[in-house]
Formats: sequence, structure tokens, C-alpha cells
Amino acid sequence: MTVFVIRRLMQSILVLFAMSAIVFFGVYVVGDPVEILVSHEADEAERARVAAALGLDRPVWVQYFAFLENALGGDLGKSFVFGIPAIQLILQRMPATFELVIVSFVIAVGLGIPLGMYAGYRPNSAGAKTIMAGSILGFSLPTFWVGLMLIMIFAVEMQILPAGGRGPVGSFLGMQSSLFSWTGLGHLFLPALNLALFKLALVIRLARAGMRETLLLDYVKYARAKGLAMRRVVFVHVLKNIMIPIVTVLGLELGSQIAFSVVTETVFAWPGMGKLIIESIDKLDRPVIVAYLLVIVVIFVLINLVVDVLYSVLDPRVRLAAKA
Amino acid sequence: MNAALRRTALGLATAGLLASGAFVTGPGAQELSMGISASVTSVDPHFHNLTPNNNIASHVFDRLVHMDEKMRPGPGLAESWKTIDDTTWEFKLRKGVKFHDGSDFTADDVVATLKRVPWVPNSPSSFRLNTQAIEKVEVVDPHTIRFKTKAPAPLLPIDLSNVRIVNRKFVEAPTADFNSGKAAAGTGPFKLVEFVPGDRVVFERNDAYWGPKPHWQKVTARILTNNAARVAALRAGQVQIIEQVPSADLASLRADANLTLHRIVGNRLIYLHLDSFRDETPFVQDKDGKPIKPNPLKDPRVRKALSLAINRAAIVDRLMEKEAIPAGGLLADGFFGVSPNLKADPFDPDQAKKLLAAAGHPNGFKLTIHGPNDRYLNDEKILQAVGQMFSRAGIDTQVATLPWSKFASDASNPKYSFSVMLVGWGSDTGEVSNPLRSLVATVGPGRGVSNRGRYSNKEVDALLDQALATVDDGKREKLLWQASELAMKDQALIPLHYQINIWATRKGITYAPRADENTLAQFVRPQ
Repeated sequence: MTVFVIRRLMQSILVLFAMSAIVFFGVYVVGDPVEILVSHEADEAERARVAAALGLDRPVWVQYFAFLENALGGDLGKSFVFGIPAIQLILQRMPATFELVIVSFVIAVGLGIPLGMYAGYRPNSAGAKTIMAGSILGFSLPTFWVGLMLIMIFAVEMQILPAGGRGPVGSFLGMQSSLFSWTGLGHLFLPALNLALFKLALVIRLARAGMRETLLLDYVKYARAKGLAMRRVVFVHVLKNIMIPIVTVLGLELGSQIAFSVVTETVFAWPGMGKLIIESIDKLDRPVIVAYLLVIVVIFVLINLVVDVLYSVLDPRVRLAAKA
Repeated sequence: MNAALRRTALGLATAGLLASGAFVTGPGAQELSMGISASVTSVDPHFHNLTPNNNIASHVFDRLVHMDEKMRPGPGLAESWKTIDDTTWEFKLRKGVKFHDGSDFTADDVVATLKRVPWVPNSPSSFRLNTQAIEKVEVVDPHTIRFKTKAPAPLLPIDLSNVRIVNRKFVEAPTADFNSGKAAAGTGPFKLVEFVPGDRVVFERNDAYWGPKPHWQKVTARILTNNAARVAALRAGQVQIIEQVPSADLASLRADANLTLHRIVGNRLIYLHLDSFRDETPFVQDKDGKPIKPNPLKDPRVRKALSLAINRAAIVDRLMEKEAIPAGGLLADGFFGVSPNLKADPFDPDQAKKLLAAAGHPNGFKLTIHGPNDRYLNDEKILQAVGQMFSRAGIDTQVATLPWSKFASDASNPKYSFSVMLVGWGSDTGEVSNPLRSLVATVGPGRGVSNRGRYSNKEVDALLDQALATVDDGKREKLLWQASELAMKDQALIPLHYQINIWATRKGITYAPRADENTLAQFVRPQ
């Protein structure tokens, strides 16, 4: 397994390298950051000064090699618009996104697995049919619209939850997060629910399909024949088996939610990473875009690694070394 | 008597509403939350010359000259100013003003500020443009300062209204020290409490402020870039005022009894720039798709025809929800230097066709017009409407919109990729020499920096040069009239409309709306 992990990490360095080149030159093609940054009244002298100050007056390949050289030393460049190191900017925004994603996963998994299992266990009951109809809504309603509806209902009409923004942060064991203050949790609930809906629907469907398939397998019949209680069969043996596709899908979802919760973060004015990347793209803030995507690559690589390791835990037939 | 009674009743009702709202909204009587529409990148007042940054910085820092809500210069940290001769300005500074850290404000702070402005490292857009006219600074006494300029600089007081004065102690403080609050001790009506990038800026009242004391003890400026989110936060009572009210929500906001709208004619013109420079322009073709030589847009008659083909009233009525004014010049009536003789062109498609025929294009031509889709109020819709209007006048028009980041770099110097483009221009100085200099003057050093059509007219240039060297306001105004009348007669660009700036507040709160689009907590007050 160690060999497997090391080999994976080596591969990811290649991915990082390719990613940096694609993004660097891609942003260059889109437009000239100087034009976006300067005051609309800026004359030639001011434009030249800005280009020089930001190192944009050099040929793009020179800029790229300068970037690579600094990157190897751990410096991913300074944001054009904020004037602070891009990586610091990203790390500042990270906790807000992480807490949002964590709560949305708790909602999705905590509700999705039981509901899905029930729908798979009693597929013809009225409850199961309601759950499945609800999950179709979860899939098909656009996140943007659902977010606005949640705000209209809970914040504008009923006025029981805030319309957006991150609440005050509390601290717990030295960690600062709005997870640790009641008002903060209030602020978290609607955006997290909004973010969770799609995943919730996904988990319900996966759990139901897995449940229906697994219940028919011989080992379930054997366990029942052996006299095990149905409760034990379902919650120990079946649950473990239906988790494999769920873990795969959630792993993929986790990465993309950390990186690109743009819609939810925008609608709820949540100061997370998704909002940062979209604003940086609008302003052609290249150092932030590049650093951001590199961070995201690292996150994806790590998540996939964890998912692979989890497979081997859930299913002893999976051998990591063989797969690599 | 009756009216007075009604007012009292209304006042009581409002007070009741407010009191009942206060429980839900949280903040107490002296706390204000504002919904700001754009991201603030720094509180260093000299780092990035960008409207949202300047807006926030104006809470903490004062200028020598303060613009009022109609962008007329008035006293700020300077009580008065006058010209000693054509190239010397003398400013008398206010006495007894203290910085937030308790130190006294004197001429040395002005000197330090002028030194810091061009120095700020990594500044993506500096305020050098506002100070470069000054050649030498002379401190006469701690409260009198003289600026020697290279050439006559009638606009110097206005330029200085964009330069925020920092404490001399912090002349070499880096931007990070301002963001953290360490160096952010200005003389302004509010003290900085906290700056959380992408989320909020928090202020508390400066009780020692020299000017009118702000009403609010604590102010939170929340960054709500999404239009729907900003409106929802206001409706939910989480913010008491929002700026940049989206047109789509105007009807429902007007109908909401809990809210009030505050409006003023803004300094922003929405217009079309036309490539009147190249002999062959990339997006004009004949009906067979072959380039036309010479470029029809070089002919003033064709430019006039395009202007007459536009139904400005329809755009204002249907797309802008009536919150705009059809434009015939570079800046709305009421600003300095706006000629009373300039009126918006009427909608006259027949005359447009006649002019096109006279210019040798009886069957029109093929045209693609470009514009941004994320920059100005309803930009994409306006461009589509204009495209249809052109088509009706016989010009086969295609519309292409792009994100601003792409559009701006393609449309501008040195690429100049487009033939006809929709752009907006807010006059930072609140007077006409500003758009004349940037949009109409021949492209050259310090001139025509946003003249994306590269229009050029020697007479207009000469009049503008003369105006910019004339210190006497009356004489300068006449020269600006002449220059803009000439440019408009020649249709240097096609003005569409002037925007109206709108704020929405909870009932019981008023705002003195500003032409410069700023949202300043010191001017938000309970009714």
C-alpha cells in the first residue's frame, strides 16, 4: 500500500505541472490584466507602470519560468488585486468553504442513507414513493433557484434564518469556525441545505439501488437462514456493501464542492473559495487562478487516495497494490 | 393641520414598524448594515483606484476637498482654496482636526500623502493620475499649503477630492498594515474595526469627528455582489440599505411598503463608440460579406443615421424601467460644463435611411456590434435592442457580447478589435472635460485613453486644450460647451442614456443619493 500511495503522489506532481502551464497560458489568451486593473482614465505611463509592477511587461514564457522557479520555492505569486500572496488568500477563504461542505455532507449522508435504505427495503410503500419523487426534485431543480426560494421562505417571509453571509466564528480547541457558535450555525444552515440537496438525492438513489440489489444476493438469504435478525443483516452486512458506490460518488462530489460551490456561495454571499475563484476570473487575477487550481488538484488527489484506501477497508477483495 | 397630523401618524406607524423589525433584524438602534455591490480589495486608500475601495476608504479617510452628492467640490480637510497665479494653488487647511490615533492633522500629512501616492508597491491602479499635475509642494505654515503645477491646472481641487489623506507616520506603511488596521487611522467620520476580504468591513463612529457627527455607532458594510442576494438581504431586514438596485426588481421594490427608494441622476453615460479611424473596419461588410472601402463609419452622415435609428425612449421605458434619461451629450444636465443646447437625437428611422442613402449606402450594410454582458446595468439587453433597431433601419446587424475581462482587452488600445461597441463612462470629476479628454480627444499622451473608436477632430482637441488651461470657471465652461457641441454635431460617439443611481432602504431610513454611486454611512440617517 505504501508503494501505491507514493506512486500516486508522484503522478500528481506531473498533473500539477501540466495544470500550471494550461492555466497560465489560458488566462494569458483571455485578456490583458492591466486593462482590467487600471483606472479607466489611466494613460500610457500608468499602464506601463502597472505592467512593470506586476511583472506583466515580460514575454509570457519568461513570466511562466519565473513563476515555476518561485513555485518550487513555495511562492505561488501575489494576487494582482489584493496585493497579498495568492496562497494566503486561498487559505483565508478555506475554513468558510470547509464548514459549509462538512455540514452539507452531514445532511446528505445523515438523511440520504437511511431514507434510501428504507426506500430500497420497502420499495412499494407510500413512503418510499414519496422519497423517490422528492429525490427527483433534488436532482432537477437548479441550485440557484432553490437557494433563492430558501431565502425567500425562511429569511424574507418567516424571518427565522438569516438571508446570507457568514455568522460570527466561535473557537473550539483552538480552531476558529462558525460551526462553534449558535448564530454561526444559523447562518450555515440554509446554504448547507442548498448545497446538500443534490447530493442528498444522489445518495438516496444509490442507497436504494444498492439495497434492492444486495437484498437478493445469496449471502443475505444465508444470513437470514442462519437465524440472524433482519436488523443485523441490513445494518451490518448490507450497509457495508452498498457503501462502496456511495463512497466513490461522495468522494468525487467532495472535491468539486470544495472547489466549485460557486453558485451557493454567490447566492448566500458566503465568503468562501468558490466566490474567490469566480471573482478572480472576472478580474483576470492570474496568480490566484493558478494557485487556486493547483490547490484544487492537490485536494482531488488526496480525496481520491482516501477513497481508494476506504475501498480496501470496506471490501477486503480490493487489493491496492494490484490496482496500481 | 391635517397634513401635519398625517405626518405624525405616519411617523408613529413607521416607528412601530421599526421597533417590531428591530427584534428580527438584530442590530440595535445605532447599528447600520449596508449591502455593498462589489468586492473591496483593500482599505489602503492609495493601493487600488477602484470605486468600491474608494467608497470604503471615504469612511475612514478625509480628502482636502469633498464632493457633495451632486459632485460639486466643497470644503473637506481644506476650508478654502484659491489660485495665487495660473500655476499656483493655495489651500487653507482646517484647524483642530485629529487623526483617530489622537495626533494632529497638519500640512505635513498632506505632504506625506502626496509622497506615498506614487510609492505604493504592487499597486494595480494608482492615484498618481490625481496628483501628477503637482510639480512642487510648499508648506507656508502648518495650515497653509501651496501646490505649484507644471501648467495651469483648473481641475486640481477636483483631482484632490480623490486623494485620501493619511497620517504622516504611515507614509511608508505597506498596504497590509492598512488592511490589518494598524495604519488605517485617518481623520474620517468612522474608525476601521475590521476588514474581512470578500465578506465585510466594520466601522465604529469617530466621536471626535470635525464634521457633522454620523448617526450610527457601528456600521457593517457587507459585500453582497449577487443582485438577488442583495435584494433578499434588504427584504429580510438584515441590511438597512442596498446600492445598485437591479432593474428587474424595481417594480416589486416600489410596491413593498417596508422599503423606500432613493434616486439621483448619475455621472454615468452609456454610449456606442464607432470606429471612425480605420479605412477598413473589421465588422462592417457589404451584403455579400466583402469589406467596404472606405469604412462607412468614417462618414458623419452614417454615424448620425445610426443615432437616429435608435429609439432611446423605448430602451429607457422597457429595459431600464424608466430609471434612465435619454442622452444627447457626454454628461447629464446639471453637471459642470454641460451645454444646454445638447438634446438627445429623436427616433427617426426615415431620416436615418435618407442619410444612409445620401452617404452611398441605400441598401445598408452588414454590421456586428459588440459589448460586455456583465458590466453595466442591462448591458446585453440594451445591445440586443440596439441591434434590432439598426436592422429596422436597413443595417443588417449581428450582436456579440463578451465578459468584460475579454471585451475590455479586445476593445482597447492597442488591439481595437471592434467596429461598433457599447461602453459606459462615469465621469470621475463630475464635469465634462473628463469624458471629452478620455473618450473624444485624439489618442495621444494623456488624451483619448478610452477613445476606442479613435475619433479625431483637431478643432475639438484645440478647444479642450484651451479649456484645460483656463482657470476661470465661467470661461472654461463656455469652452467645454463649444467642444462638446462640436463633437456631438460630428457624432464622435452615439450617446444612449444617462443612468439613474438607485438605493433602496428599509422604511424610516433615508439616504442622500449620490451621483458618484458611493454609499456613505455618514449620509444614511433615520427619518
